[in-house]
Amino acid sequence: YCLSGHPTLPCNVLKFKSTTIMLDCGLDMTSTLNFLPLPLVQSPRLSNLPGWSLKDGNAFLDKELKECSGHVFVDSVPEFCLPEVRLRRANNLSTVDVILISNYALYDALPIHTRHTGFTAQCMPRNHRPDRLLPSPLKDAVEVSTWRRCYTMQEVNSALSKIQLVGYSQKIELFGAVQVTPLSSGYALGSSNWIIQSHYEKVSYVSGSSLLTTHPQPMDQASLKNSDVLVLTGLTQIPTANPDGMVGEFCSNLALTVRNGGNVLVPCYPSGVIYDLLECLYQYIDSAGLSSVPLYFISPVANSSLEFSQIFAEWLCHNKQSKVYLPEPPFPHAELIQTNKLKHYPSIHGDFSNDFRQPCVVFTGHPSLRFGDVVHFMELWGKSSLNTVIFTEPDFSYLEALAPYQPLAMKCIYCPIDTRLNFIQVSKLLKEVQPLHVVCPEQYTQPPPAQSHRMDLMIDCQPPAMSYRRAEVLALPFKRRYEKIEIMPELADSLVPMEIKPGISLATVSAVLHTKDNKHLLQPPPRPAQPTSGKKRKRVSDDVPDCKVLKPLLSGSIPVEQFVQTLEKHGFSDIKVEDTAKGHIVLLQEAETLIQIEEDSTHIICDNDEMLRVRLRDLVLKFLQKF
Amino acid sequence: MPEIRVTPLGAGQDVGRSCILVSIAGKNVMLDCGMHMGFNDDRRFPDFSYITQNGRLTDFLDCVIISHFHLDHCGALPYFSEMVGYDGPIYMTHPTQAICPILLEDYRKIAVDKKGEANFFTSQMIKDCMKKVVAVHLHQTVQVHDELEIKAYYAGHVLGAAMFQIKVGSESVVYTGDYNMTPDRHLGAAWIDKCRPNLLITESTYATTIRDSKRCRERDFLKKVHETVERGGKVLIPVFALGRAQELCILLETFWERMNLKVPIYFSTGLTEKANHYYKLFIPWTNQKIRKTFVQRNMFEFKHIKAFDRAFADNPGPMVVFATPGMLHAGQSLQIFRKWAGNEKNMVIMPGYCVQGTVGHKILSGQRKLEMEGRQVLEVKMQVEYMSFSAHADAKGIMQLVGQAEPESVLLVHGEAKKMEFLKQKIEQELRVSCYMPANGETVTLPTSPSIPVGISLGLLKREMAQGLLPEAKKPRLLHGTLIMKDSNFRLVSSEQALKELGLAEHQLRFTCRVHLHDTRKEQETALRVYSHLKSVLKDHCVQHLPDGSVTVESVLLQAAAPSEDPGTKVLLVSWTYQDEELGSFLTSLLKKGLPQAPS
Repeated sequence: YCLSGHPTLPCNVLKFKSTTIMLDCGLDMTSTLNFLPLPLVQSPRLSNLPGWSLKDGNAFLDKELKECSGHVFVDSVPEFCLPEVRLRRANNLSTVDVILISNYALYDALPIHTRHTGFTAQCMPRNHRPDRLLPSPLKDAVEVSTWRRCYTMQEVNSALSKIQLVGYSQKIELFGAVQVTPLSSGYALGSSNWIIQSHYEKVSYVSGSSLLTTHPQPMDQASLKNSDVLVLTGLTQIPTANPDGMVGEFCSNLALTVRNGGNVLVPCYPSGVIYDLLECLYQYIDSAGLSSVPLYFISPVANSSLEFSQIFAEWLCHNKQSKVYLPEPPFPHAELIQTNKLKHYPSIHGDFSNDFRQPCVVFTGHPSLRFGDVVHFMELWGKSSLNTVIFTEPDFSYLEALAPYQPLAMKCIYCPIDTRLNFIQVSKLLKEVQPLHVVCPEQYTQPPPAQSHRMDLMIDCQPPAMSYRRAEVLALPFKRRYEKIEIMPELADSLVPMEIKPGISLATVSAVLHTKDNKHLLQPPPRPAQPTSGKKRKRVSDDVPDCKVLKPLLSGSIPVEQFVQTLEKHGFSDIKVEDTAKGHIVLLQEAETLIQIEEDSTHIICDNDEMLRVRLRDLVLKFLQKF
Repeated sequence: MPEIRVTPLGAGQDVGRSCILVSIAGKNVMLDCGMHMGFNDDRRFPDFSYITQNGRLTDFLDCVIISHFHLDHCGALPYFSEMVGYDGPIYMTHPTQAICPILLEDYRKIAVDKKGEANFFTSQMIKDCMKKVVAVHLHQTVQVHDELEIKAYYAGHVLGAAMFQIKVGSESVVYTGDYNMTPDRHLGAAWIDKCRPNLLITESTYATTIRDSKRCRERDFLKKVHETVERGGKVLIPVFALGRAQELCILLETFWERMNLKVPIYFSTGLTEKANHYYKLFIPWTNQKIRKTFVQRNMFEFKHIKAFDRAFADNPGPMVVFATPGMLHAGQSLQIFRKWAGNEKNMVIMPGYCVQGTVGHKILSGQRKLEMEGRQVLEVKMQVEYMSFSAHADAKGIMQLVGQAEPESVLLVHGEAKKMEFLKQKIEQELRVSCYMPANGETVTLPTSPSIPVGISLGLLKREMAQGLLPEAKKPRLLHGTLIMKDSNFRLVSSEQALKELGLAEHQLRFTCRVHLHDTRKEQETALRVYSHLKSVLKDHCVQHLPDGSVTVESVLLQAAAPSEDPGTKVLLVSWTYQDEELGSFLTSLLKKGLPQAPS
């Protein structure tokens, strides 16, 4: 099932072995771009925008719709495009057993699910980080903009309380039926890919992975091998841009602006790429002679974000890990803070206004420019062409983000930095991992609409990837055929294997099946109860045999001559053999008994003489193999 | 018969040089590789020649696991890997990997530079040894190779201490290392899930002790320290650089702050200071309270505690000094001890366990005249106090852990024989698990009976499960199938499928019996009588009367025929396959008795 139309913010539901697993629940915030920014202080410019009316004069929406430079905006609290509500209802999400979260950007919708569905099971983001840092983007949004209709702080807390933390390569059993394992995906601190496997099937879920070496632990590719199905989401949103080049451009533009006495505004999330940007700047500002320019990082969670990044050495790449062994803080921003080059504030109120010095560089959120402290800076610096706003987050179209601020004098630079996999890396990855099937959002199977000639900007693999789109249900192409069962050693000892073909042995198993917690165990059958002798049978029906005792199947064929010889040995005389079209008929004239022997069937026709019949039966069975 | 063999090379009925050899399902794992603080000769390291008489260690051992960074658990590692020669993987947690080389280097310096020992491992060897280390996360399942996997659990003994589960197939062993079941001021409590290992190897340092509440001990400690400094005495607290030192620092720091005391507190070496820094960077390994508050205030940034300089020891006036090492067997703590021992105003507080043979052990056992090097006799006049701050589980904690993990049997190491004996009895009586306590070099062999995992075809399983769900299935049902063994691949399938897969044709064996009945009526009526008779007898079975005049009971076919010669006799042909043998045979004998008289 696919609940989200946005390939980068996936929300899929996987049903596997009667377990329902939700893979990520991202919140698509692009809809906020249709709303006006929410300023911290009333802005005369925004409130004086002309009202917009439909051409037919219908004006009942007048108050909410405003026009700015030819674009129409809604002047109210932003609302978000939720993961497919319709399908959620149809499917009743309360049946979701577990939600697996891949990285901090992908669980924004979590409170919605937990609130609306009475969802009770556990969610599992993969490490300590989501627990503490990951709430930060949420808190950011919620605290700064309490008007948000989406969910309240209380709901955030209750959702977070259901989270269970897991570590990389930790195997988690779900109801004994499936095992899920998070793997490092290399995209952000603690981001993960997931493997969902039973004993005979393996589904890999790759979401937001990166092969570039930035700060997190590198991607674990080896464990993805031998997958039956590989679900691929969260590829880069700007396949044409090279992150390294973009970082260079970011630095040079920043330097240029600051040298000219302007300020630089970087709208960003409070964690993730910012660590890398700060690290680059750490090296760059000295060489560019800009060490006197203050860097400000403004976010309600700025402090915790920076602090937390320092203590999760185990989730970092090797270089950073070895720094901790020295012991030194893994990220250079510790030094930036110590030398007072980088300062962080919870908001623009308070200390910040005292320390504020221009020109400067400000990192703040939210990247959509619709809420958060960034709105204030846009209003403040927008009028001067000395200033620059540099977009690094690829989630929002920068033109649309800027639209309500038009006309704008400040320079706008778009250096999207998206370290997630691009299509070349994907094909390399697929070649290496060799999954039997690839499943991905529809968008990835065709070139982007804006560049339809770029055939290289799509997934290319054999067999062709199976695609899904929003609200579509896709049956994954594998059939489960086997399940693991354990045989008790006592039972195993009692088995008698027969070698049928070289290297292949068979053994008939009769055992008691015990199933508990979706685990199966075969135990030796109980000893047959002692026949209750002495007791007189009162009714015939007591005697009725339990036909549920299964007889083994037979196989093989009976060589007639040997059979006849055997019969003679056992005291049968007067044996006559007739050939028929298909086989032979053995006649025991004395006993009025007829035995039809064919290639794969034997038919004993006799009078009602049980003794004789049983004797014959046992003789026939000697020639046959039982299964 | 599969079995698990355990041989302690060290720490068997002893504390120190932990080193336990475990063989499980043909895999060999060495748990810890420690040194003994009480010895200075060959006995300080485990006897590695025991492992393989002359073969290479790397070929024999699949992996080495280090539970935490204390030297009695990792002190022999460079000797083992570089001097004896082992190139396989060594597993430990991240904090252990970070801190271990520092302690080893420190130990090496004391041994080589101060005592002038030759033939000791070098700095380079420590570095080379650490290159063989693979760091593991908590709860991460590490696949050592195809069959052997290990998993770390939080142990709470020191920063980065872990318990390890070693698993091959369905057999598993849990080794606790040292652990603590009660959370303290800077670490959380050990935790393990109900993993039901075949064997739990647990430490038993405090096998007989049941400690009073932590709070009382802390109050006691603070009171003693406070009293001593009030009357102008000096307090020496010998500690190991990591672990107790941090806990006590936090304790004193908060106390000093509350009481507004000005008496200086010192750390002995740079080592402890550096150690505090590790604590800052490995916050996720500490307890919940510190983790929650660290953004506002890092608990390991102390205001009142300053670094110690050797010259300070002669300063007049009261002071509190934390000095390493913790057992007073060498180094700075011993130097300071010698300086201060003569004054009865001073006090030494031993916050942890002391191994036999160390100065710490001697003064704790009441000895007041110590023979030092060079035949000097040191008279101890200062007060000697013992406070159990060791982060080892007490008897209650050990029982608790055994209860949590639910092992099939328990093996005690890292404790004194007498105390172990007591605990062994307790475990066997109260928890009814068999318990072992081998001495060094003694091997315990545990037979195991692992279940054999095979693949079962889903069709067969579902069929069985569907039938098993019927409410009347009180009696356990029998499952029939065929096990196909091909190479090492075991699959359980239904018999039909097995035949099909192997290309074998099924051989049908059918029986037809003629049963003579006396009945003058027509065949159809005979059949009808047979039908109603069977129906009344075989209530549980599916008896059907088919339109062509025949009767079926399950899949047994009965047909009535009239032989021409005798109209008074009807022949009933009963026909069944071998699979219906019992039923068919029962029917013929039933019918042989004749039909009951039909009601007219």
